[in-house]
Amino acid sequence: MITTTALYDVPGPRTRARHRLYAIGATVAILALAGWVLYLLFTTGQFTAAKWSPFLYKGIQELLLNGLGNTLKAFVLAAVLSLALGAVLAVGRLSDHRALRWVCTLVVEFFRAMPLLVMIFFIYVALQVAPLPALVAGLTLYNGSVLAEVFRSGVNAVDRGQREAAYALGMRKTQVMTHVLVPQAVRAMLPAIISQLVVALKDTSLGFLITYEEFLHAGKLIASNLDYDLPFIPVVMVISPVYIGMCMLLSWLANWVARRQQRNPKVEAVAVAAAEPGNLMTGGPQPPVR
Amino acid sequence: MNVLLDNLSLYGEGLLGTVELTVYASLLALVLGFLMAAFRVAPVASLRVFGTAWVTVLRNTPLTLLFFAVVLGLPRFGLVLPFKLFAILALGCYTSAFICEAVRSGINTVPVGQGEAARSLGMTFPQTLGEIVLPQAFRSVIPPIGSTLIALAKNSAIAGAFSVVELLGVYKPLSERGYNIIWTFFWIAVGYLLVTLTISAIFNVLEKRFGVAS
Amino acid sequence: MPHRHSTRLRRTLVALALALLTLAVAGCGREGSPPVKGPKGSELPTYPVAKNFSLPESPTWERAKRRGHLVIGVKEDQPYLGEKDPATGIYTGFDIEIAKMMSAALGFPPSTIQFQTISSANRETALQNGQIDMYVGTYTINDKRKKLVGFAGPYYLAGQSLLVRTDENDIKGPQDLAGKRVCSAAGSTPYQRIQAEYPKAVLVAYDTYSVCVDNLLTYQVDAVTTDDAILLGYAAKVPEELKVVGKPFSEEPYGIGVPRADNALRFALDDALAAAEKNGNWRKAYDATLGLSGVPAPEPPPIDRYPAT
Repeated sequence: MITTTALYDVPGPRTRARHRLYAIGATVAILALAGWVLYLLFTTGQFTAAKWSPFLYKGIQELLLNGLGNTLKAFVLAAVLSLALGAVLAVGRLSDHRALRWVCTLVVEFFRAMPLLVMIFFIYVALQVAPLPALVAGLTLYNGSVLAEVFRSGVNAVDRGQREAAYALGMRKTQVMTHVLVPQAVRAMLPAIISQLVVALKDTSLGFLITYEEFLHAGKLIASNLDYDLPFIPVVMVISPVYIGMCMLLSWLANWVARRQQRNPKVEAVAVAAAEPGNLMTGGPQPPVR
Repeated sequence: MNVLLDNLSLYGEGLLGTVELTVYASLLALVLGFLMAAFRVAPVASLRVFGTAWVTVLRNTPLTLLFFAVVLGLPRFGLVLPFKLFAILALGCYTSAFICEAVRSGINTVPVGQGEAARSLGMTFPQTLGEIVLPQAFRSVIPPIGSTLIALAKNSAIAGAFSVVELLGVYKPLSERGYNIIWTFFWIAVGYLLVTLTISAIFNVLEKRFGVAS
Repeated sequence: MPHRHSTRLRRTLVALALALLTLAVAGCGREGSPPVKGPKGSELPTYPVAKNFSLPESPTWERAKRRGHLVIGVKEDQPYLGEKDPATGIYTGFDIEIAKMMSAALGFPPSTIQFQTISSANRETALQNGQIDMYVGTYTINDKRKKLVGFAGPYYLAGQSLLVRTDENDIKGPQDLAGKRVCSAAGSTPYQRIQAEYPKAVLVAYDTYSVCVDNLLTYQVDAVTTDDAILLGYAAKVPEELKVVGKPFSEEPYGIGVPRADNALRFALDDALAAAEKNGNWRKAYDATLGLSGVPAPEPPPIDRYPAT
């Protein structure tokens, strides 16, 4: 890997000494930064009993868990529906009928170009839909469109010989798709699909902005209560590890699947396209390293 | 059409707000992103750990939560800044994690021989990275950085919901004034398309000029 | 190797998150609510439920009857007006009492009301799309809004005023706002009034007033402006840090928002309000909530029974 071998020499004794010096300097700087943050936390009274004791109460814990449940509910609904929509749109884009292909391309490109929040607000405010369906619909339209592209490129990435061989065996168009191309493509694209689901999970928090009573909303209700001394920082310290943990768990799953797939002979015929980091915007797998 | 013509200044203000947020947050994200990428390939272990932690945490944090933490949390430290600055901070830091990953994978596309050649000429790590590897990496990271910044422009809508003046926020006064809400949103959408298409055009030009000829 | 580092870090963080989750799920929680600031409230009045009440002309009432209870939109962050206890989920305040009176008068026991938090900017939407049956939450009646929703009442006459820190000596009224940072809720009537009549004030907008008050306490803004009723509620919570200054500089008649077409419901609520004001329930509700701020109950405003349009 270039990172360890090509950018700098295998260090000699003097360089090693110098690097040690840098390391100490950098460590001290980072620790100082962390110390400063801790100092600020203490001096601004973020660890007072008044700010933290609310979390000891059952009602508060239940409020947070309910919020988390609502977040997961929106996530599961959005994930299932976007996978379905993605499949439909991908089939449309791969269709032989030109009109259908064009319509699906237009839909996919439009929803990928629109800010998700604008879509959600449009559905909530202009179409006057309740918060949960508005959130799920917005997430579905956006993630479904992105997934359609993932599916399509996955199917296109299957080695041409596979398709030709299937046709040569006398399979029909639909059979080629369902029996040969899709099973191989899905296996290969699984990491990218999971990465997109991480995006969906993160974006459920947009529901907060349209008063859907999800995890962040529960946090805000606690944080903005004057009786508890406005514990904004304690609330962030409690809910962000949960969000980050959930996303990392999914990301880790994506990485694990990706590593397994590399060894899987069933996906040999698929040239796995490198995940485009900018497009995916995920906490997903690291871009493949040479 | 009336919604737009009657409220041209309101829409203009919103569009300007979105552009402003996007430009400043992009600059912050690029600076931080390149810095973190350098950290992540540096020979100093503690910097690598810091860079990795930065990227891992930010990539797995919902942007809404980050906004919540920055906009409502930082003032609790006595840090009093204009609201727009908070928004730029949140957007810039969030996007820097993605820029960092784009740059890092770009560094990995530079042939190993380049780094080795630079080293054999006696160049130090900052020289190798800054003068040989990054300029070459820059070419292959133009497209991913472009799409990252487009995502940033789209994400700036969240700032509007947190009461910064930008395009999405335009809908509130307009619906209060009783304009047709569907057309209101139509022109908001057009505004965002304008911004994202401009970014995309800029990066197309950049790619044509500096991109990898392959 | 950076990669190995990231994996290790990731595992550690995941383990940490899981530990926190288990801790929460284990539920070693205390019962009841965390301690509350401000004066203790007296006994809340109870309202007798109307028997055999029927309002077949009102589609909203019919829908509620089928459902078995009312769904009422309220605020959740306004002490002594409409506040939700995060621990118990129970709503309290003057607006909540009004909502309970209305529910009882319409034949639904107040304990069955399903309260739903709706932010200022989304009130009309929630009423129009049937998310809620009515809205009781510092909802100022004006002609613009009358085009979108119907209003029963008014049940209270508030007025725009200013909340400042106790160490603030420069601001005594809206005329002193030039160059000062003033916070209010986005899209609200008070916000628009400051914008129009005191253009030299620097306006800051948030979704909820509690964030405004938070900003006031952290010196991010110099004043919070909205209706005196709301401000008094906050001042009563932390009297050592906040005070309300100046005379009210507007009239804000609070009404009960209902779907615009549902005139039958609107008139039924008007009747119920008039009855509550007459039999003393209105005053009892005030004394048990807003009255705790020390301000005695005012005369309720006359009800504006405007004709169906």
